[in-house]
Amino acid sequence: MTRVHLTALVACVVTVSVIVELLRRRHLRDKYAVVWLIVCVPTVVFAITPGLFNRLAHSLGVINPPDLLTVLAALFLLIVCVYLSWEVGRLEDRTRLLAEEVALLRRELDDAVPS
Amino acid sequence: MRPAAAGAPVLVVMPAWNEEESVAMVVKEAQAAVPEADILVVDDDSSDRTAAAAREAGADVIENVFNLGVGGAMRVGFRYAARRGYSAVVQVDADGQHDPRDIPRLLECLAEAGGPGAEEPHVVIGARFAGVGRFPVPRARRVAMRMLASYLSRMTGTGLTDVTSGFRAYNRAAIELFARTYPAEYLSDTVESLVIASRSGARVSQVPVSMRPRMAGTPSQPSWRAVGYLLRVSVMLLLERIRRHPPPDQPEEDR
Repeated sequence: MTRVHLTALVACVVTVSVIVELLRRRHLRDKYAVVWLIVCVPTVVFAITPGLFNRLAHSLGVINPPDLLTVLAALFLLIVCVYLSWEVGRLEDRTRLLAEEVALLRRELDDAVPS
Repeated sequence: MRPAAAGAPVLVVMPAWNEEESVAMVVKEAQAAVPEADILVVDDDSSDRTAAAAREAGADVIENVFNLGVGGAMRVGFRYAARRGYSAVVQVDADGQHDPRDIPRLLECLAEAGGPGAEEPHVVIGARFAGVGRFPVPRARRVAMRMLASYLSRMTGTGLTDVTSGFRAYNRAAIELFARTYPAEYLSDTVESLVIASRSGARVSQVPVSMRPRMAGTPSQPSWRAVGYLLRVSVMLLLERIRRHPPPDQPEEDR
């Protein structure tokens, strides 16, 4: 195992520990954590088996293996962003609806309990 | 819950945001114009005395928890009307640009087309440039409004000249439709609601109304804003063509 693989492994272990710790403290909902943990698994595999990633890149017809890494990373982040915008939109709809309901309920309350 | 009084099937809804100088006046004028109607001011989290002024003038007031925009305020109004069984809603701006004395004419038009209890949703627009009164508008804005009007006229199959007017009357079916679907997007709600209405098989008509200069509040936007507005609305209209219809129900029955 070369030094660079060791670096990758350490980085990966640190990431996983941070996520697990966030989960443990209930700062992170598990549905998001699972995504990041899933990413960590292949990273660990590639980190401890030198040459595997290069072989994968070549079998996909990628001449320069780091390019594959960049593309995969960008694609993954894109998916995460789209998912989060969808989630934000949905939350906004719900907050809006709640705000409207609160306003209406406050009115009902004024009717029921004249101040 | 107080049931809607039998003699007051009409609810006048005024979305208001920082209109303390004009709201009381408009409320009083509306009371005089349609004494049988109830008046609801939806105060969209104003920082001034809008809510208090409206209450003193004798209106019912709902205060939004935070600013939701005209669309959000109207949705509150529609939901209120739907739950209390009102048979018609009239939307009037609280800044005084709409003359409440025109309200009976909007309601007449609503009544002509099968009455407020008609099966299909019906929206009556109080159109500001249809010949009555004078209303000077910057040119860029006028061009933008004309383009929108002709597009929506084709879509609804009626001749509309003022689709951005916030002076409108809705029958019971339209109240129920918009209690679920009134668009909350900033500023484009007037146009988008017409698209939703026509895609839901609603009838849209217009009645010419007179236009008054705003009694208070900030005046119209500069012309570059009109261009930006047109762009935003165009994107919305394009999206609307490929969107599924009827629009998704409120997130209550969420995915």
